Amino acid sequence: MTGEVREITGKKWIYSDIVEEHFFSPKNVMCEGKNEGYNGIGEIGSPDCGDIIKIWLKIDPNTEKILDLKWKTFGCASAIASSSILSTMVIGRTIDDAYKITPLEIIKELGGLPKRKIHCSVLGDQALRVAIDNYKNKKK
Amino acid sequence: MIYLDHASTTAVDPRVAKKMLPYFYDKFGNPSSLYDLGLEAKQAIENARQKIAKFLNCSNEEITFTNGGTESINMAILGAARTIKSQNKFKKPRIIITAIEHHAVLHSCDKLISEGFEVYKLPVDQDGFVNLNELKKALNNETILVSVMYANNEIGTIEPISKISKIIKEFNKKNKTKIIFHSDACQAAGYLDMNVKALGVDLLSFNGSKIYGPKGIGVLYKEKNIELEPIIFGGGQERNLRSGTENVPAIVGLGFAVELISREESEKIVKLRDFLIKKLLEIEGAVLNGPIKDRLANNVNVSFAGVEGESMVLYLDRAGICCSTGSACSSSSLKPSHVITALGHDGGRAHESIRFTLGRKTGKKELERTVCAVRVAVEKLRRISALK
Repeated sequence: MTGEVREITGKKWIYSDIVEEHFFSPKNVMCEGKNEGYNGIGEIGSPDCGDIIKIWLKIDPNTEKILDLKWKTFGCASAIASSSILSTMVIGRTIDDAYKITPLEIIKELGGLPKRKIHCSVLGDQALRVAIDNYKNKKK
Repeated sequence: MIYLDHASTTAVDPRVAKKMLPYFYDKFGNPSSLYDLGLEAKQAIENARQKIAKFLNCSNEEITFTNGGTESINMAILGAARTIKSQNKFKKPRIIITAIEHHAVLHSCDKLISEGFEVYKLPVDQDGFVNLNELKKALNNETILVSVMYANNEIGTIEPISKISKIIKEFNKKNKTKIIFHSDACQAAGYLDMNVKALGVDLLSFNGSKIYGPKGIGVLYKEKNIELEPIIFGGGQERNLRSGTENVPAIVGLGFAVELISREESEKIVKLRDFLIKKLLEIEGAVLNGPIKDRLANNVNVSFAGVEGESMVLYLDRAGICCSTGSACSSSSLKPSHVITALGHDGGRAHESIRFTLGRKTGKKELERTVCAVRVAVEKLRRISALK
């Protein structure tokens, strides 16, 4: 219950409008029982850390483009919004292209995050890389 | 708005605010001044001091006004420790605290470690209670100070302060030591017996902002024979213990705030608290943090499996409900609640914890709406959660 320094945004809410949208109406959440046909799966984080992101990828083996990304996240608003926006950024890209996505790009798409929340977005791109590696390893 | 974060702060009671107002603009004098306006202000703070002495069952001279709970605690711990150290009787003086103390205690003690003290943290059981046998084992001839909070701010555990004081007094008698006992009573002041003689404490801290008084005012009770080095230096106010022009309106406010504390109110809130706990525990995967018995009258703290705390707080905020969480993401240190972690549960529990602390105006209908909002938020967050 420690206090925190809120950055003065002039808004009633601590986060940007984009984060608000993706947090309360998250896009591309994996639904129960609908995880058939995903060929790259990655998970990062732990309950002890307070953040877990799991990503399911549907990759076209011919074009190596990401046809679909679904996710599930246990974590704060930053973590959930980051997962959601990452899914919209990545669908349609090749895996090589998506592999290079940085936390900074995610934060930019979100319209910025409070400084101390930046680590929450860092998990999304990591989980994505784990999922892509998982697909590549299965191919071998 | 449904405000359920009274452990964080309370609104000033309108009756208290009314009593404070004249001291902002009419009776604005400096209590140290020689003319009537100053004497009037001085009288006002002494009247307030009298009320607080009555509240604590001590004498006026044993009450010092500070800027708040944190300052009182710093004064008590740093002041007592440094005074004793300057007497050069100990090689490495020991301070005993618990693992679940407020940060004001923990970080004052961290400072003292750098000044050559040893700080011994007593573990707590899974409900947050201090083990009295562990305390007995920890007391030794190098011990100079023990600090145990009266009621925990996160999980409501009420520590056995009178029993702890008896143990310390017996040790002092047997070993001819003079170990001092301090208690942080900031959360307890509104609900528990604050008679310092019955509690057996040498030092006690509490503040205005948890008891419908103003922010920025606190009290340190110091038994008359205890010596404390001040931590603030200046004009010598408050018997040289706390220099600085006194915050007259806030002191006046605090005096009235303590008079408004009532037993009936505590009893009413306990029933509401138990109702909220019962309803929340009906939600699947919900567990209570802290004890059922010997729990602070207004405190509810529950973890919902698979759902992170900050996300819950934001969903509830959207539904117009104010509460807090022990999750790392919501703290400035990015560490999860040290209190819930100290209870020995598995790692996720602190991140999943939500605290609701009821208040003077809380009603049953508000709690019913809160339970509904919690159910909706838990269901929605569990659907997207990576944790089963």
